Amino acid sequence: MIVASLAFYLFAFIAVVSALNVIFQRNPVHSVLWLILTFFNAAGLFVLLGAEFLAMLLVVVYVGAVAVLFLFVVMMLDINITMIREGFMKYLPVGAFIGIVLLVELALVYGGWVMSPQAEALRLAPTPDITQIDNTEALGRIMYTQYVYVFQAAGLVLLVAMIGSIVLTLRRRPGVRKQNISTQVNRRKEDTVEVVKAPVGKGIA
Amino acid sequence: MTSLPDLVPAYPELFLAAAGMLFLMIGVFRKTDSTGLLTWLSVLAMIVAAGLIWTAPQEQVKTFSGMFITNGFTAFAKILTLAGAAISLLLINSWVHKEQIARFELPIIVLFATLGMLMMISANDFIALYVGLELQSLALYVLAAYHRNNLRSTEAGVKYFVLGALASGLLLYGASLIYGFGGTTSFDGLATAMAAAPEGSVGVVIGIVFVIAGMAFKVSAVPFHMWTPDVYEGAPTPITAFFSVAPKVAALSLFLSVLAGPFAPLIGQWQQVVIFISVISMAWGAVAAIGQNNIKRLMAYSSIGHVGYALIGLAVGTTEGAGGMLFYMLVYIFMNLGTFAVILAMRVKGRAVEDIKDLAGIGKTNPGIALALATLMFSMAGIPPLAGFLAKYFIFLAAINSGLVGVAVFGLLASVIGAFYYMRLIKIMYFDASVDALDKPDGITGLVMFACSVIVLVLFFVAGPFVNGADAAAKALFLS
Repeated sequence: MIVASLAFYLFAFIAVVSALNVIFQRNPVHSVLWLILTFFNAAGLFVLLGAEFLAMLLVVVYVGAVAVLFLFVVMMLDINITMIREGFMKYLPVGAFIGIVLLVELALVYGGWVMSPQAEALRLAPTPDITQIDNTEALGRIMYTQYVYVFQAAGLVLLVAMIGSIVLTLRRRPGVRKQNISTQVNRRKEDTVEVVKAPVGKGIA
Repeated sequence: MTSLPDLVPAYPELFLAAAGMLFLMIGVFRKTDSTGLLTWLSVLAMIVAAGLIWTAPQEQVKTFSGMFITNGFTAFAKILTLAGAAISLLLINSWVHKEQIARFELPIIVLFATLGMLMMISANDFIALYVGLELQSLALYVLAAYHRNNLRSTEAGVKYFVLGALASGLLLYGASLIYGFGGTTSFDGLATAMAAAPEGSVGVVIGIVFVIAGMAFKVSAVPFHMWTPDVYEGAPTPITAFFSVAPKVAALSLFLSVLAGPFAPLIGQWQQVVIFISVISMAWGAVAAIGQNNIKRLMAYSSIGHVGYALIGLAVGTTEGAGGMLFYMLVYIFMNLGTFAVILAMRVKGRAVEDIKDLAGIGKTNPGIALALATLMFSMAGIPPLAGFLAKYFIFLAAINSGLVGVAVFGLLASVIGAFYYMRLIKIMYFDASVDALDKPDGITGLVMFACSVIVLVLFFVAGPFVNGADAAAKALFLS
């Protein structure tokens, strides 16, 4: 198991270091690149846990779509990072204080953690034996059966998000020239080209 | 192979979802502006959904592997939500045409928001609860920012979104702590786990407090109310009317079905939190409204106060309290919709105004509007013979019967303070010198205004069946 432990510490260390770099980079493009590295290492941790489907999702969805989208947004919008950072030092002490208080409180909760005696029996979808069925298949089996309601409802949430972003951003600008294929196709030579005989030496008036 | 889940209990929700998607197609493919058509179709869809709920059997049914529940309580809360949503949709329609910001997506977003509310009310699992809540909230954020060329409206949308996301985060974090204790997100499973450990553990109590914080944000109870005045003021007025009725009913029902459902054995742990929230909501709602000159901000504080009163019914933790709370919400939606119809009618020479000074002297110039507003204000202040009095009476009675005399006395004091600013509006209308007469309200707005003021008057005399209905609904909740 020494290999697994070594791999865990490697992934965990790189994940923490690159996560810190996401915050401390001055250039937002660099931040996003560090974020991608963080995602890859988190995916590695998932693989170590035996959750290869989540690892795949993390790479495909977060690295493939979300991080690249971030990159585009950061590059397209000229965000002035020094302006955003302006109040940072001013609010740091208060923010850090609240953060530490919360952390201590949560540590206390964790220290006194009790599980309900029934918790074991009440589990809705216990992880099946990994030697019998891999977890992609296990997830597939409950996604459309036990959890079909929330699965479909999540689809509705995405639909509303899509309608909402269209409502809030789509503008019909007047005077935009749009391509109209049928007028292009129906255009005849006679409509546009006029053949004129130009007398020599006189030109056309 | 697993069999298909029983779809019958979820017919109203399925119908609304299918209708929403169909209307979207109509809106996209129709060449002319279909806002008006889709509004009326959406109202019709809501009426049909309410009819489906009304005719469904009242006994308790669970489906979708126990994630979705229907019984007398959910039926009552859903019909109330649908009524609030349908009436505000009509108000929205006449307003957007006047302001020329009509777009066909508007009724569809309202429809999906309402669907989210119904799903919240029927949730019997933390995951189902969260998905319903997000469907509702996401639609509401868009609605707040709907008037996108207006700085106030976009500001309201951003504020609501950021704070709402934070509240959702708190709620999810609390749910995860509770899951860590009980090993399940299902309310049925949690109920058995909680019943076995009625004193709770630190982890689960903190989880419940986080969940309460998240839900208190959604009902805008103090100390999670900061967004309310800004969002209410910034959002287009009829959308504010929608915010102040339908989501409130849904979120308060959710509050009730979570705390009085799986966490009923832990009443000793959450009761003091709810009492605290309720008392300071009443106090702050009454005091902070006094200094307001914008009538939409005034209504925001008024609704914070009303949520405080309704939460007494939850704090009591008995069937009587829950029944009182449901009846309070019934009266509240009619009082609020009526008042917002009056605010929508506040137009001078075709321009919308929202300062309370603009109401000066309308007792003489617009006696109809003034009389309607006076009726509604007296009802909000809780003065007999109007329904607002009965609503407060049942809530306070439930509190006294279960020994929370202090809370009831405090509520009485808060309603006396609150009466000051309601009376102030009436004084401005009838005794101050007129500035400008208001325009004649359009048909729908006038009708809603008139109907709501008649309802708050008539409901006082024929309250019997409605009180019984609310009590029956509350009993259904406590049986589950």
